[in-house]
Amino acid sequence: MTFLPVVGLVVLLFIPRDRLNAIRWTAVFFTGLVLIIAVVTWARFDPSQTGINDERGFQFIDHVSWIPAFNIEYFVGVDGLSMPMVGLTALLAFLCIFASWGIAKAVKGYFCMFLLLETGMMGTFVALDFFLFYVFWEIMLLPMYFLIGVWGGPRREYAAIKFFLYTLFGSVLMLLVMLALYLNTRDPVTGGHTFNMLHMMNQSLQGDWIKGDTLRALMFFALFVCFAIKIPMVPFHTWLPDAHVEAPTAISVILAGILLKMGTYAILRINYPMLPDTTMQFAWFIAFMGMVNIVYGAFCAMAQTDLKRLVAYSSISHMGFVMLGMSSFTPAGINGAVFQMFNHGTITAMLFLLVGVIYDRAHHRYIVYPKDYPEVELRGKLGFGGLANQMPIYGGVFSLAFFAAMGLPGLSGFISEALCFVGAFPTWQAFTIISVFGIVVTAGYILWAIQRLFLGTLPERWKTLPEINGRELFTLIPLGAIVILLGVYPSPVLSMMNDTLNYLNSVVEAGAHAAGVMSVWLPF
Amino acid sequence: MPFPLSHLLHFTPELILIVGFVVLMIVDLIRPLRRAAGILALVILAAAGVVAMFGWPGTSQTIFATYSHDPFALFFKVFFCLATIVAVLFSLASFKTDAEYYLLLVGSALGMSLLSGAHDLILLFLTIEMVSIPSYILAGVYRGQRSSGEAALKYVLYGAVSTGVMLFGMSLLYGLTGSTDFDLIRNHFLQGSSSPITLFLAMLLILAGIGYKVAMVPFHFWCPDVYEGAPTPITAFFSVAPKAAGFAALLRLTVTLLPRGWEAGWDWPMLFTLASAATMTLGNLAAIAQQNLKRLLAYSSIAHAGYLLMGFAAASDLGFQAVLFYLIVYLFMNYGAFFVVDIVSRKEGSELLRDFRGLGYRAPYVAAAFSIFLFSLVGLPPLAGFIGKFYLFGALIDQGMVPLAVIGVLNSVVSLWYYVKIIREMFLRDPLKPVPLLTGVGAKVLLLALMIPIFVMGVYWSPIIAVAGEAFQLVLP
Repeated sequence: MTFLPVVGLVVLLFIPRDRLNAIRWTAVFFTGLVLIIAVVTWARFDPSQTGINDERGFQFIDHVSWIPAFNIEYFVGVDGLSMPMVGLTALLAFLCIFASWGIAKAVKGYFCMFLLLETGMMGTFVALDFFLFYVFWEIMLLPMYFLIGVWGGPRREYAAIKFFLYTLFGSVLMLLVMLALYLNTRDPVTGGHTFNMLHMMNQSLQGDWIKGDTLRALMFFALFVCFAIKIPMVPFHTWLPDAHVEAPTAISVILAGILLKMGTYAILRINYPMLPDTTMQFAWFIAFMGMVNIVYGAFCAMAQTDLKRLVAYSSISHMGFVMLGMSSFTPAGINGAVFQMFNHGTITAMLFLLVGVIYDRAHHRYIVYPKDYPEVELRGKLGFGGLANQMPIYGGVFSLAFFAAMGLPGLSGFISEALCFVGAFPTWQAFTIISVFGIVVTAGYILWAIQRLFLGTLPERWKTLPEINGRELFTLIPLGAIVILLGVYPSPVLSMMNDTLNYLNSVVEAGAHAAGVMSVWLPF
Repeated sequence: MPFPLSHLLHFTPELILIVGFVVLMIVDLIRPLRRAAGILALVILAAAGVVAMFGWPGTSQTIFATYSHDPFALFFKVFFCLATIVAVLFSLASFKTDAEYYLLLVGSALGMSLLSGAHDLILLFLTIEMVSIPSYILAGVYRGQRSSGEAALKYVLYGAVSTGVMLFGMSLLYGLTGSTDFDLIRNHFLQGSSSPITLFLAMLLILAGIGYKVAMVPFHFWCPDVYEGAPTPITAFFSVAPKAAGFAALLRLTVTLLPRGWEAGWDWPMLFTLASAATMTLGNLAAIAQQNLKRLLAYSSIAHAGYLLMGFAAASDLGFQAVLFYLIVYLFMNYGAFFVVDIVSRKEGSELLRDFRGLGYRAPYVAAAFSIFLFSLVGLPPLAGFIGKFYLFGALIDQGMVPLAVIGVLNSVVSLWYYVKIIREMFLRDPLKPVPLLTGVGAKVLLLALMIPIFVMGVYWSPIIAVAGEAFQLVLP
């Protein structure tokens, strides 16, 4: 499944560059194939297997030696933590191909890069060998750079290089920690050093526990910074609004829907079980930064005049819920966090797709024209208004997505946010209470945006805007259906990850207790 | 001491090169044959390389009391033959020149092959000169051009000074130990009867001389000017082969004369740590501002010398193996990058950054190849450059040298900036002249031949690291 997109890429290379439809449909075919495999995997997935640090708990394993001299393995498999992410990746990648139909420049290159990106994302979620994980993690960088840089908006050069530098800075830190872990981990059978992540989690069993609180804390933070850049956690978030705004629609969807999840996924996969004691010690920091993300992101979103920027900042805010939930070490909190990762993937994907729809039609996406807008008479005026009259279906779908982002009961965002708060409250009371105010701000900016976009009177200029078309609806309906379905019946996803995540909790707690860290700790 | 003639057999690669050298000289005199000189040089080099490869790994022994015949030397003989072959191919694709040009390349390869086995101060000095003198002439091979002449003159002047310094160090060492043989000097060191300070000074001077060859900071000043002025194929050759020769000499010297844990000695790994950090940082920072791609790549090659020195700083078997591995990778990616610069600059007339604008739309294949070479130079997986750096960093972490490793990875991030600047120019900006830039089939094949190893070594490098390991294990006396 992981390498299918690369096969597609190779096929694409042999299609002449002016056969646009052939190129598009090849991409559809391969991402569709990946989606089908993902669905089959999902259907056959046994949620009672727990994974995390036990190879027997993983499913659909591929485990072969790659570089025997260095004990690097091709080791992939899924558990309850990665399965929802794999499903999400397959779904969004497939839908985004359709959202990329309008790409006009160097179509072949675009889809080649897109397929390479999909391989990187899939690989990152299924890799269980740290070296392999790192390789996939980095493979995502290149196509992303080109996708933003070549097919992006006016400030694309700046946005692309900023994204690239930030992420590379994070990943080289990860490289060093990876090497340190490697040199301190032994394979229980052969006794040689190994990159196997599961063995890294079980270091203490081999008596190879890395000594020294400072060193462990350094390793924790090196990894944490790397992943926090991806989340993105304040203050490492500044690449995100630029990248999101400049990227083409489909790529914004991928960025927000999947790449951001990499950060929290990797913290759960790597920091939590490999450095359980340090994780426990610094959980307060994750929770605190989660709170900052929620509130700061929400206030920033409120101040935006550009709709896409608003959605970008709302992502920062929503990823804060994930951090808050996962730092609580309660079943509800950690389940809520991963569920929120999934839900945010679908909801934000919808929002970015919808922003793309209006941008394709009106060629701007200002809620309010900025003060330095070239046309003087438009400055400070509403960008749209009354769109619900002109594009009722569009308005309806947009409201659905916005309400889901707001966490309205009955939609999936509510369940995961509620779980995050319920889980986090026993552990982090003060942080949770402050975070709840973030919800109020969220409701504020969302309702305000809806009011300014869809209600009121329609300006004369926009009376010719065509309604959302079939292809666009095709990308939105599956996501909307998932949002509604999971809002009333969340158990398909929750039950899938529940056992794994509770087991992860117990692994972290056991590891931390063994190292003498008894509970979470608050410095003030 | 009698020298059995059978030892001469070990010299077969060098003998082939010597015979080839003479043949080329004769060919140069016969007008109709001159055109075939390049092809002939290829055949000679390939023959020498193949013969050296058949000797692999062989046994270690000292022959003629001055020369090591060991896997390490054989490894570098093959390496130098390969590097020179690529340089010849590169030149054949690039420009027409006299037979003596190829003659000099073969002569340089001969010097480097001999150098890889030098086990004696005098032989080391002679072989280094044997590499340098053809290089001086090659830098000035564009006789009509000012910049080429300037490059050659700068190269000669800097080279002469550094040679003098090195020779001074060697004579000090000889005066202290009474011997020019590495083994005897080593024994003398281990007995610890001379004053450490003087020994340190002697070794430092010798290392400075070699540091000049590998463009180590602070002996790098010649590098950007010479690289910019020399013809591009020669620049590429300089950045790979004589540099690798310098590293070969440095490796042998470090391992035989500066054993780890030599109590009376100096803290050499510390010195290499400083040199490495300074070299890569300066190289990378200076590269950022460059507009001329040959200059940019010159600074980038300085930075890569810094990365390679990390292996010396680690001073472990793993570190030295990593150096050997990185050299192989470096050969492909650096030649590749220079080759693309050459292709474009021959069409555009100069090698400024703006000549590359929109190359992705004018010559997609060449631009894509260039990106691969550049990303490999940055060290991004799944390309070979990443694996090379991975081993170097691994060696450092293994020795607990985290600060240098951190400097190293931060340098990688800095280097991304200027490499991506080229990629941005090629892909993110529209061409100034939207006409396709055509490249010959030969050039495309050569690019592909350089690209394939980068991909292969990026995903399956076991055999190569095994070779590097074997080449290194047996070097000690």
